[in-house]
Amino acid sequence: MQANWDTNHFFHLDKPLLLGLMLLSSIGLVVLYSAGGEDISLLVRQIQRIGMGFAIMIILAQIRPQYFLDWIPWIYLSGILLLIAVLIIGQSSHGSQRWLNLGLFRFQPSEIMKISVPLTVCWYLADKPLPPNITRITIALLITLVPVLLIAKQPDLGTALLVAASGIFVLFLSGLQWRWIIGFLSLLPVLLWSLWQVMHPYQRERVLTLLNPEKDALGAGYHIIQSKIAIGSGGLYGKGWLNGTQSHLEFLPERSTDFIFAVYSEEFGLLGVLLLLGIYIFILTRGMFLAAQAQGTFARLLASSLVMTFFVYIFVNMGMVAGILPVVGLPLPLISYGGTSLVTMMASFGLLMAVHTHRRLLSS
Amino acid sequence: MSTYFLTRQLARLTKKQLLTPLSFWQRRQWIFFIFISLTLILLWRAINLQITHQNFLQKQGEARHVHTMPINANRGIILDRHGQLLAMSTPVDSVWVNPKQFEQSVEHWPQVADLLKITTKNLEKMVEVRKKKEFVYLKRHIVPELAKKIMNLNLAGVFLQREYRRYYPTGEIAAHVVGFTDIDERGIEGLELAFNKYLKGISGTKRVVKDKQGHIIADVEAVKMPLSGRTIQLSLDLRLQYLAYRELKAAVQQNKAKAASAVILDVHTGEVLAMVNQPGYNPNNHQTRQSKNYRNRAVTDIFEPGSTLKPFTIAAALESGLYTPTTLINTHPGSLQLDKYTVKDSRNYGIIDVSTVIKYSSNVGASKIALSLPKQYLWQILHNTGFGQSTVSGFPGEVSGQLTHYHQWMPAKIATLSFGYGVNMTLLQLARAYAMLANEGILPPIRFTPFHEQENIERYLPIPVLKAETAQQVLTMLKSVVTAKGTGKLARIPNYQVAGKTGTARKLLPTGQYSNHEYFALFAGIVPANKPRLAMVVLIDTPKGASYYGGKVAAPIFASVMTHALRLLNIPPDGLEH
Repeated sequence: MQANWDTNHFFHLDKPLLLGLMLLSSIGLVVLYSAGGEDISLLVRQIQRIGMGFAIMIILAQIRPQYFLDWIPWIYLSGILLLIAVLIIGQSSHGSQRWLNLGLFRFQPSEIMKISVPLTVCWYLADKPLPPNITRITIALLITLVPVLLIAKQPDLGTALLVAASGIFVLFLSGLQWRWIIGFLSLLPVLLWSLWQVMHPYQRERVLTLLNPEKDALGAGYHIIQSKIAIGSGGLYGKGWLNGTQSHLEFLPERSTDFIFAVYSEEFGLLGVLLLLGIYIFILTRGMFLAAQAQGTFARLLASSLVMTFFVYIFVNMGMVAGILPVVGLPLPLISYGGTSLVTMMASFGLLMAVHTHRRLLSS
Repeated sequence: MSTYFLTRQLARLTKKQLLTPLSFWQRRQWIFFIFISLTLILLWRAINLQITHQNFLQKQGEARHVHTMPINANRGIILDRHGQLLAMSTPVDSVWVNPKQFEQSVEHWPQVADLLKITTKNLEKMVEVRKKKEFVYLKRHIVPELAKKIMNLNLAGVFLQREYRRYYPTGEIAAHVVGFTDIDERGIEGLELAFNKYLKGISGTKRVVKDKQGHIIADVEAVKMPLSGRTIQLSLDLRLQYLAYRELKAAVQQNKAKAASAVILDVHTGEVLAMVNQPGYNPNNHQTRQSKNYRNRAVTDIFEPGSTLKPFTIAAALESGLYTPTTLINTHPGSLQLDKYTVKDSRNYGIIDVSTVIKYSSNVGASKIALSLPKQYLWQILHNTGFGQSTVSGFPGEVSGQLTHYHQWMPAKIATLSFGYGVNMTLLQLARAYAMLANEGILPPIRFTPFHEQENIERYLPIPVLKAETAQQVLTMLKSVVTAKGTGKLARIPNYQVAGKTGTARKLLPTGQYSNHEYFALFAGIVPANKPRLAMVVLIDTPKGASYYGGKVAAPIFASVMTHALRLLNIPPDGLEH
């Protein structure tokens, strides 16, 4: 068995991807030090979480994909149960119930769904030849929509949209016929309208605010105005590390979590943004490369959808901070302060590596 | 480029392809296409914000954290003529809060109240009353150390404002002249008020960086430097001021007097060298500030001068040429009936010359002389001497007293006027009149700032009143008052010749009647009499001790103050006893 292993891999880890991720989390720590008000204890906590994330990635990378195929539906089902549990006994923070306290630690079950939904849809679709027929498409959509609605009820619009996207990506990649895609796209206005109807007033306000932030500069538009100012005043070269006035003078809200990109842009300027985008593109390209080399429908679907989800993270976060998307509360991958999403992100990279590094065994 | 890519992709979508699924590889191309387009959107946005709108957004940012703040100008200091500090400003801090932000830290309020030494209830009330405003002073003018403790609590909405607090190192001693400022350092009394526009300076502005809570993080730059107020030097000599203060205060206590004032002038320049009053107050302590304490009585209060006016009646007589010092006056029988009014002397002096009228302070003599002079002439001399006219010293609240116009003069009026009733004045006016006698008949301008040879300000022009010869004759007469046998014998100073006049004036009651038991005890003196330098007048209001006579109560103050003053000013003796 040893002989079949790809010798380029050390412990089933993809070196270029690992390098990119390490580079990214290093930049993240540098920015976080500035954004968190030069708080060392904050930095130490984040280092611990990064350590945990890498550990989970390494562990998952060791597992052969077919071993956990049987686990997928059970993980999905327990995820659904946990989401229901959150709605009943969850802990509130900032007006929404997202957290489940498990005594030792608390976490957001919605995060599990970010991986579990694409996994389950992949597992379901990969079973039969592609492209899927109407029945299978409908079931795949149901697998996606049940957790999405549960998460949206918390309410956590950002995660709900992300989970929905991750499920739909798998469908798209599965070779969904273009008429379905075009049909879906033409239904989009109707879907958006119904989404608008079920949205909470504060969520609607966020969307409206995006269109005209100055209308309520001290209220709902505050986040966007402040972050636009932060990004813009960075200019080409930035104000320099620890010199961002918007963030250090506490004008910028959520500066160490969701809006950390504004801090980064203010301090490192357009050149810094180019560097960061470059690293992300490198990771994405490598991810797509790994997905392309994946063998078997399941592996291929899973790998591609995970990469796409990662991209959505980046685009939605940067887009919202830069004021072109509504404020939905998604962290910037591996840069923002926070544990749960970091761990799921690293877990998905673990799966990606597992899919890639175990392919020889899979083929033999 | 992306448009080209898009059209190429769409061109591939033939009808057949729309019905059949694309292979995974083709899907991958689509994904790449989406990735690249969205990344380009992000990039466009970054350039749009960071390059195109950089200046605008940077300014917006600065508008949020860079603020313009006033820099308080330092108020000028006040010095005496030798540079001794009379008033200065020391930095203090005032604590203020923004009620909305401050309410977030309500649990720390007792702590704040405790530090500021106010009750929590009071603090709550202060914040509650101005809840909708953004600015409430919690406490003003606290020492910087305490202010630091408050700021170390690090509460939202608590701010400091650097201010200056006026401090008067000499306390009570020069309080009436220097005056004081209000809490905002605006002069509201005394010379602090008179010279306010020179003292106050011009405040500057600076740019500061503030965080969201409004705390100042850093000073960026001073846009306009504040212009400190000018230093004002006064003509006061703190040493003489202190002497006069000490002696006057002691005399008031000893004689159980209601109030008292004393003024020392340089007879040639009209500079006020000392001006003291009782009761006094400590200008550093706001609680002792009551009008009755802080009034500078020497310029704001009027009195009837009594006998101290006689030298000016005599001066008019001599100046008219109708009298010489040796002209004889018949004062027999020691009283003079004018209508219903009787002028009385303390005894019958008989036939005496003009000098003796002064020496014995004969009311009958003075009345007879005054009645014999043309009304207009007497009025003119008294008017020129400054009676009924402000000294134009510029001191806030100064009054000018009253000298009735000669058209209204009846014989009884002229008689009483000749010995100082029916006319009133401030102590400063009387002091100036005596300085005129000492200054060869020229009325010196009153000033609170030192005299400079070069100046040529109309306000300070001296006014000739008497011929030098006349003034000298009066001065000689006044010397005879301060001799072992004169009424002013207690004003004598060893080795110096003193010219002076005592006065004991009945107080005019609010009813219009003269009191039988309340007096003003006065002494006006000039020293050295042979080469005059200083004029000092002392007024004791309602002495209730063993005596109420000017010669007994006021003259000793003159002597004790002047004894030291002459030595301090290095004035050579003119009356060495061999």
